[in-house]
Amino acid sequence: MFGKLTLDALPLDSPIQMAGGAFMGVLVLAFIVYLVRTRKWSYLWKEWLTSLDHKKIGIMYMVLASLMLVRGFIDAIMMRSQQAMAYGPNQGILSPEHFDQIFSVHGTIMILFMAMPFIIGLMNIVLPLQIGSRDVAFPFMNSVSLWLTWAGALLVNLSLVIGEFAQTGWSAYPPLSELRFSPESGVDYYIWALEIAGAATLMSGINFLVTILRMRAPGMTLRKMPIFTWTSLCTNMLIIGAFPVLTVTLGLLALDRYLGMHFFTNDGGGNMMMYANLFWDWGHPEVYIVILPAFGIFSEVVPTFSGKALFGYTSMVVATFAITFLSFTVWLHHFFTMGSGGDVNAVFGISTMLIAVPTGVKIFNWLFTMFRGRVRFTTPMLWTIGFMLVFTMGGMAGVLLAMPGADFVLHNSLFLIAHFHTMLIGGTVFGVFAGVAYWFPKAFGFQLDEKLGKRAFWSWLIGFFIAFAPLYVLGFLGMTRRLVHYDNPAYRPWLIVAAVGVAIILFGILNQIAQLVVSIVNREKNRDNSGDPWNGRTLEWSIPSPPPPYNFAIVPEVHGIDAFWEDKRSGSPKRPVEYVDISLPRNSVIGILIGAFSLGFGFGMVWHIWWLAIPCLIGIVAAFVARASNEDHEYEISAAEVERIELDRRARVG
Amino acid sequence: MIEKKPSLPMWLSGLGAVTFLSGCKGVALLDPAGQVGMHERTLILIATLLMLIVVAPTIFLVLFFIWKYRASNTKSRYDPEWAYSRRIEATMWAVPFLIVAVLGTIAWFTTHQLDPFRPLESQSKPVTIQVVSLDWKWLFIYPDQDVASVNQVAFPSGVPVRFVITSASVMSSFFIPRLGSQIYSMAGMQTEVNLIADRPGSYDGFSSQFNGPGFAKMDFKALAVPDEEQFEAWLAAARASPKTLDSMAYKDLAAPSNSPVEYYSKVEPGLFHSIIASFMKGATGVDQGMNSMTAEGSDNVR
Repeated sequence: MFGKLTLDALPLDSPIQMAGGAFMGVLVLAFIVYLVRTRKWSYLWKEWLTSLDHKKIGIMYMVLASLMLVRGFIDAIMMRSQQAMAYGPNQGILSPEHFDQIFSVHGTIMILFMAMPFIIGLMNIVLPLQIGSRDVAFPFMNSVSLWLTWAGALLVNLSLVIGEFAQTGWSAYPPLSELRFSPESGVDYYIWALEIAGAATLMSGINFLVTILRMRAPGMTLRKMPIFTWTSLCTNMLIIGAFPVLTVTLGLLALDRYLGMHFFTNDGGGNMMMYANLFWDWGHPEVYIVILPAFGIFSEVVPTFSGKALFGYTSMVVATFAITFLSFTVWLHHFFTMGSGGDVNAVFGISTMLIAVPTGVKIFNWLFTMFRGRVRFTTPMLWTIGFMLVFTMGGMAGVLLAMPGADFVLHNSLFLIAHFHTMLIGGTVFGVFAGVAYWFPKAFGFQLDEKLGKRAFWSWLIGFFIAFAPLYVLGFLGMTRRLVHYDNPAYRPWLIVAAVGVAIILFGILNQIAQLVVSIVNREKNRDNSGDPWNGRTLEWSIPSPPPPYNFAIVPEVHGIDAFWEDKRSGSPKRPVEYVDISLPRNSVIGILIGAFSLGFGFGMVWHIWWLAIPCLIGIVAAFVARASNEDHEYEISAAEVERIELDRRARVG
Repeated sequence: MIEKKPSLPMWLSGLGAVTFLSGCKGVALLDPAGQVGMHERTLILIATLLMLIVVAPTIFLVLFFIWKYRASNTKSRYDPEWAYSRRIEATMWAVPFLIVAVLGTIAWFTTHQLDPFRPLESQSKPVTIQVVSLDWKWLFIYPDQDVASVNQVAFPSGVPVRFVITSASVMSSFFIPRLGSQIYSMAGMQTEVNLIADRPGSYDGFSSQFNGPGFAKMDFKALAVPDEEQFEAWLAAARASPKTLDSMAYKDLAAPSNSPVEYYSKVEPGLFHSIIASFMKGATGVDQGMNSMTAEGSDNVR
């Protein structure tokens, strides 16, 4: 009846997993009680879950990403606690089976369900505003992307209480991830969560690429696009190039596991080296998919808070394209130790080092943007300065790892772990936090509490160094990654220090939660009626906060790189002469319905419950067909209504 | 002779050297016991110093600029439209490129020089040891001496060792940090790493590639014994073992478990190659191209 699913799938013997599951259950329950009490069901449904408004979809992406950041961070706390304890006779708090799931789920969640939704959420909120557009190219597809991403994330989190997650590491290398060595449900959760979320990301990539190329305001030629738009363009090109590779690779692994094929098995002519190549042919561009938009964010933040145009716009664009191109030429550096010859290893090592050149250029661009500027130390700027310091150091470690000769001893060591966390925390996470602090008032109409924001920044920065500096040292001590237990006494003090660092980062996260709560409570006091709280330079600051559903009452005309800055300098923006009727996409339940069917399909596939999987798959297709055969997709806001909203806003600015 | 007090810089550099050297002790990668590891340490240090040429000034400039051009410092020059300088742009592309060009050249030569498959130059004839990664233990076969051991490998110091590696299960990575390079072990394939211990000692070895629940306890000792005599003594101890490694014993050994140190006084001939060949079942011609057969009849990654 339930396929492979039996009561044994519940982790009744693991108190930590049960407690984790119970905690999540309580949170969900509390949320439901709150909705019932306040009767906000229909508000939530009508205004949010079925909305096709890119700003709301963006916010729902951010909610997912924030929740997953906390989830992934709890995993980090457990790993650091385990390694701080599990020396000699002390086995720590986690069994190998549990520990192995935690590091696998930590990586999977942090990359695919924290970094990616943050990036795509920010692109959703900002991109159309920045290019002077009223919407994205495909608003309905946007909703489908969102709910598929949620479905993937829910599937990963279901594995906490029903069955298990992969015990293979987040890269799920075969043959370990093949049925013979991982017969349980874990790898299947991994496969289907990533297949579903991967399809979502590919759709987002197409959506944004078309949005950028086709929906810019008149006058905004490619060479007048803001840098965040440029880096997003490159990111979406990378998504379209890379994500199909992931989908196919995991599809082949699924064929091995479900139909007994031999793509990556030890025997039958399978070849796991092929998986490593394919996985990183997606995996390395993926790194740049999550870092390029962060570069874009910094390129918006630095000029704004230096009161100065970005230094070397053309260099910045060229550097972005160089990184985009090079990111597809370096994947082999993830396995120099697989036995390729000197020529192959050296070529990939050198191509990897080459990426340091455009990346270095970017750092200098930001540096010389501050030169002869007036630097204001707001929260977004603090995250940016933190990034510049941390990222430069991490980059140095990266170039070192790019030397095959050095990688032969540093590969898989904690030095590597320290390196990529330096890049992902210092780069992507700090970038996203800078972006959130920067654009939050645009999305919600009030500012975040600066004091708590700054406290969060310092906790993160200090905590980061204390947590990861010891990992660089441990790499040189020869400590390898993913150890549930060790006998070398030299490791222990460093691991205890690292655990302290994580506690400091925890303090930072608590401050961020407090910041959100305090800012919402004080929202009237922190309200920004101007729409331009930072003295911004690009088009998103020219409209009210939060923007009306149609974003721009009058489609702006662009004459320079910093379109809004130019307008502000050349006197007040011209008053619109005439408002027009504006068509916007109507709400749709199909997006969330497809998401729900996908969750059911994924769950059915994991547990071989065919009666669930097959109808859900049919449901996905049927929902899509229903949507495609319905022509009535839009509603109209009359010119009079637009005028009323706009005048109302002017009155508020005073 | 005039007694001279050491100047401050001398004193500092002396202190630095002492801290560095004493700090190296116990730091596996900075205190290598063999020539390969030594080259790798030098490479790491040189590359780090070269990169600091750009990185140190950059970090300094970030801190200096945010201090100098802070908004409260109204005395500093403010130039809101200044956004281009050909000289600065040329420099910021050229300097990183030059550093990378130098590093790239170093990478090209060292990658070939340190290629794990490359035999080490030495007066002595290398010892060949076949290594099999099992779930979750290391099997070492001495084809020339006809003995085998589990989770302990011995060889004379000062003599190159040619480790020929495969896996009988999932992928692992064979790594003795103090001797240098690691390399993956993969089923149905053969990889190789050439190492040497210039100093006798007992060195930790393990898999650096995660390979399942027994991963953390899959470690071994690499005993670099001082001379041939002691190596012979170790071999004699192995030969004295009542256990022999025939196909039955191998089957038991290959079952998933962690394992204590074991010796085998005799090994079934061709065991290593038959382990590799056991994964060839069902392989088609297409795969043969990918995993070209070597003269030894085994399947080398190359």
